[in-house]
Amino acid sequence: MIDRKITQQISSAEDLAKVAAEQLEWQAQYQHRVFVCMGTACQSVQSGAVLAALQTEIKNKGRENECLVSPGGCQGNCASAPLVSVPEQDLLYQTVQPADVEEIVDALAGKPVSRLLCDNKGDFFSKQNRVVTNHRGLLNPESIEDYIAAGGFRALLKALAEFSPDNVVQELQKSGLRGRGGAGYPTGLKWSTVAKARAEQKYVICNADEGDPGAFMNRSVLEDYPFRVLEGMAIAAYAVGASKGYVYVRAEYPLAVERVTKAIRSAEKHGLLGNKIGSMSLDFHVEIRLGAGAFVCGEETALISSIEGGKGLPCPRPPYPAESGLWGMPTLINNVETFANVVPIITNGAEWYATIGTPRSKGTKTFALSGRIINTGLVEVPLGTSLRQMIFDIGGGVPDGHKFKAVQTGGPAGGCIPEEHLDATIDYETLMELGSFMGSGGMIVMDDSSCMVDVAKFFMQFCAAESCGKCVPCRVGTAHMHDMLDRITKGEGTMEELGQLESLCDVVKFTSLCGLGQGAPNPVLSTLRFFKSEYLAHIVEHTCPAGVCAPIGQDIRRPTCALSP
Amino acid sequence: MRVVTLKINDQEMSGREDEDILHVAREHGIEIPTLCQLDGISEWGGCRLCLVEIEGSAKLSAACVTKVSEGMVVNTESERLSGYRKTIVEMLFTEGNHICSVCVSNNNCELQDMSSDLKIDHISLPYRYPARTVDASHDLFIFDANRCILCTRCVRVCDQVEGAHTWDIAGRGIQSQLISDLHQPWGESDSCTSCGKCVEACPTGALFEKGKAAGEMVKDPKFLVYLADMKAEKS
Amino acid sequence: MSTTEVKALPKLATVWLDGCSGCHMSLLDMDHRLLTLLEKVDLVYSPLVDQKHFPDDVDITLVEGAVSSESDLEKILMVRRHTKILVSLGDCAVTANVPSLRNPLGVNAILERVSNGGLPKQPDTVPLLCAHARPVHTVVKVDLYVPGCPPSADTIHTVLTELLAEKTPDLHGITRFGL
Ligand SMILES: Cc1cc2nc3c(=O)[nH]c(=O)nc-3n(C[C@H](O)[C@H](O)[C@H](O)COP(=O)(O)O)c2cc1C
Ligand code: SF4
Ligand code: SF4
Ligand code: SF4
Ligand code: SF4
Ligand code: SF4
Ligand code: FES
Ligand code: FES
Repeated sequence: MIDRKITQQISSAEDLAKVAAEQLEWQAQYQHRVFVCMGTACQSVQSGAVLAALQTEIKNKGRENECLVSPGGCQGNCASAPLVSVPEQDLLYQTVQPADVEEIVDALAGKPVSRLLCDNKGDFFSKQNRVVTNHRGLLNPESIEDYIAAGGFRALLKALAEFSPDNVVQELQKSGLRGRGGAGYPTGLKWSTVAKARAEQKYVICNADEGDPGAFMNRSVLEDYPFRVLEGMAIAAYAVGASKGYVYVRAEYPLAVERVTKAIRSAEKHGLLGNKIGSMSLDFHVEIRLGAGAFVCGEETALISSIEGGKGLPCPRPPYPAESGLWGMPTLINNVETFANVVPIITNGAEWYATIGTPRSKGTKTFALSGRIINTGLVEVPLGTSLRQMIFDIGGGVPDGHKFKAVQTGGPAGGCIPEEHLDATIDYETLMELGSFMGSGGMIVMDDSSCMVDVAKFFMQFCAAESCGKCVPCRVGTAHMHDMLDRITKGEGTMEELGQLESLCDVVKFTSLCGLGQGAPNPVLSTLRFFKSEYLAHIVEHTCPAGVCAPIGQDIRRPTCALSP
Repeated sequence: MRVVTLKINDQEMSGREDEDILHVAREHGIEIPTLCQLDGISEWGGCRLCLVEIEGSAKLSAACVTKVSEGMVVNTESERLSGYRKTIVEMLFTEGNHICSVCVSNNNCELQDMSSDLKIDHISLPYRYPARTVDASHDLFIFDANRCILCTRCVRVCDQVEGAHTWDIAGRGIQSQLISDLHQPWGESDSCTSCGKCVEACPTGALFEKGKAAGEMVKDPKFLVYLADMKAEKS
Repeated sequence: MSTTEVKALPKLATVWLDGCSGCHMSLLDMDHRLLTLLEKVDLVYSPLVDQKHFPDDVDITLVEGAVSSESDLEKILMVRRHTKILVSLGDCAVTANVPSLRNPLGVNAILERVSNGGLPKQPDTVPLLCAHARPVHTVVKVDLYVPGCPPSADTIHTVLTELLAEKTPDLHGITRFGL
């Protein structure tokens, strides 16, 4: 047996407390608990087989009544997948194979299996501050009972019973929470706009489109905390007066889709979503909508059009969705992580939340650390953490004796921050001043083996390929900018063309219709700001200092014939 | 509907609060360049030529989709704006294959007019020379994709006025293209009623009548306003 | 040296690249005005006059046609080296116009079509075609653009009189692409 299923409806805080107590009691019968990460990364290296093998092993040993093996969530260091945790021993095993389970089970009360041990006391784990991912993978993502036992849905029932919708909005405003989808718009302010709008019907949408290359924070939060995201949405629905919600997830996230779908069904079954939630006044129905994976569908107006069944094309704002969104009705749209922050805010209070972070950027933020760094993976840190702490303490620095060159934040609309700004703090304003962007939390580290022109070209290629084509500057401008960067990497660029590239950046940034085009020039602008010498090396000397466009010291130009245009 | 007062290019004026900057400006004799906008069909906001500066806003706003409001101060002409507009028009010239001298719409083309109005005497961006096709399968009309600027005026007029929705845009980014029905030849379209509205609405020589030689295609999409008014009266 | 200071007339050249000669025809359409103009300028090189070598120091060169072949390319580079004010005259020079119709198709497709399948042994017969027919300014610096196909005689007249008066002609409203 891996979990216990309740059948009863939960119609009050008392019911909820009772279910929680019973579940905790049930869990407590087991002397040992083992969690096998069933996140996407771990499942892709057969953590499912490890889970099954553990269960069989325990059964074979006749220890079913003392050991409980549960599916768990992401530990963050997915590169060491599959991961197995034994919380009572405070142990984390890495790269576990089904053949290892016998040893692990035998070691439950005794000496750990040292060859599989993962250092879970090091900086990677200890320097994080987990608010959104606070269960550290030690929660069965598919079990509403476990979620309730861990305090789930208390915030919702508390809000419904003790707060007026206004109070909820005020609490959010006091917390200082800002949108985690990229731009950092104050969440409380957005909620109050939707709350004030007068309309028959309002909607709440959770934006889980997450299309930045290399980003997987939202996927992980949805996979591990589907109930928490739904609970946050329900609190939002209460605050703004909405009765219908949508989770818009890209279809490339099958596990997240499955977990959210199951979570909706299970919350409905127990009266925690649907009509008269907790026997109180709130009716809130949630449906899931799948996106086909276009990056631009993460843009709120395009996303809304996609839910309506139209093409995912952005529309000029204003009107903002808060005034006229889905089907022309006031619509609250927030990112997955924004909603996931609501529950801890209501549970622990806005004052507590506001103690985390910087004066203008409160709370924590999840990041997907990747690139040329020792510890890659999913991390959560308080805003205000310095880039240096992030990259050198948590990330463990650059491997193989290479030298750090830049860190890219903010996805395709972001920028590259060089060594001299490593002490800058991660918060909305500072990143903006550095020509970068918070974005949804991608963080790509680059070392001396990365060519910054090539990096800019990569992001431009992404934007050009993802441009929806609706507006001229983005549709044509990104294609031109990409071609210009391409010519520079081939040694065919000229100084005149570089000037043209810069002026195109300006045009596209200020004339494009939506954030995709407006942000597309940023990687070029920021690499030009901090790494202009690399551009010049390509254009003037026809060399690539990083040895990417051609081996170091060699001419990057292809042998050309006089015929080429 | 409330009437608001605002200032455009230092000129005091008033407009209804449901009107956009473009129309209020026009009513007062101030022309703002447009390509995708056409009276009688919905706004699109894609060509970005009508961008204007609004005092107090760091962003530029598309006049065709931005409603006027009380006390608004708008500026429709500046060196910066005309620079942007020039580059956008240049982009359109490089995106397709525009050879005005042999075009049916030579001297009757909104894109060509725009290049002249904006004093564009050459194209400084590199031409892209895309391989595009000409669809002459329709009995009456021809679609030459080389001259299509993807303004979607045909798409909207066919959908919103004729109710046929023959045209749409397929693909994205620089690969976007205008297609009829499910990407079949226009002449084989089941939905097209051959009404010719798209041809009249098209600002360039991309859609034209068969048998027209260079410079012979003259269009007048003003009938759309009449149709829209009729429709409004009826309902 | 003569004792009276005779100020040398400015030197004018016209060159013909890949164009239909229509722009030169338009130049000739100036009719009698051409004669008046020629009093103020020395036509030192042109398809219209018999002069084999492009002089070293030309003040104004009008270029008709796009840069389409190796020989166009060589010629325009040479012309640029010896010219003060280079004028792209007509759409072919300014935009590559009609010659650029072939650009999306590629050189081989064109050669196959015009030579009926068998590719001609190019270098021996005709100049090698460049991959694209290109506007002049994509190859050398251009000082003035005169769009139009062809620009009218009036336009060309304005251009020349203004340039000779050492002014920059304002062609806005006078000529444009296609015209
Ligand atoms: C091109 C583009 C892509 C975007 N993708 C996402 C996304 O994947 N997820 C997201 O939450 N917000 C995305 N956004 C931002 C949304 O438009 C919107 O601002 C956000 O969902 C608001 O939520 P928040 O206030 O909680 O941040 C994107 C914006 C643009 C312009
Ligand atoms: S900026 Fe790009 S993605 Fe956004 S509407 Fe314009 S073309 Fe589409
Ligand atoms: S459509 Fe207009 S701009 Fe294009 S070739 Fe024809 S006349 Fe010229
Ligand atoms: S002719 Fe009429 S029906 Fe046919 S595509 Fe054009 S607008 Fe639509
Ligand atoms: S065919 Fe004409 S109307 Fe239609 S999108 Fe192209 S340019 Fe616009
Ligand atoms: S611009 Fe027109 S007239 Fe002049 S050479 Fe070219 S095709 Fe002939
Ligand atoms: S998915 Fe298992 S550790 Fe991240
Ligand atoms: S006319 Fe306003 S965007 Fe095209």
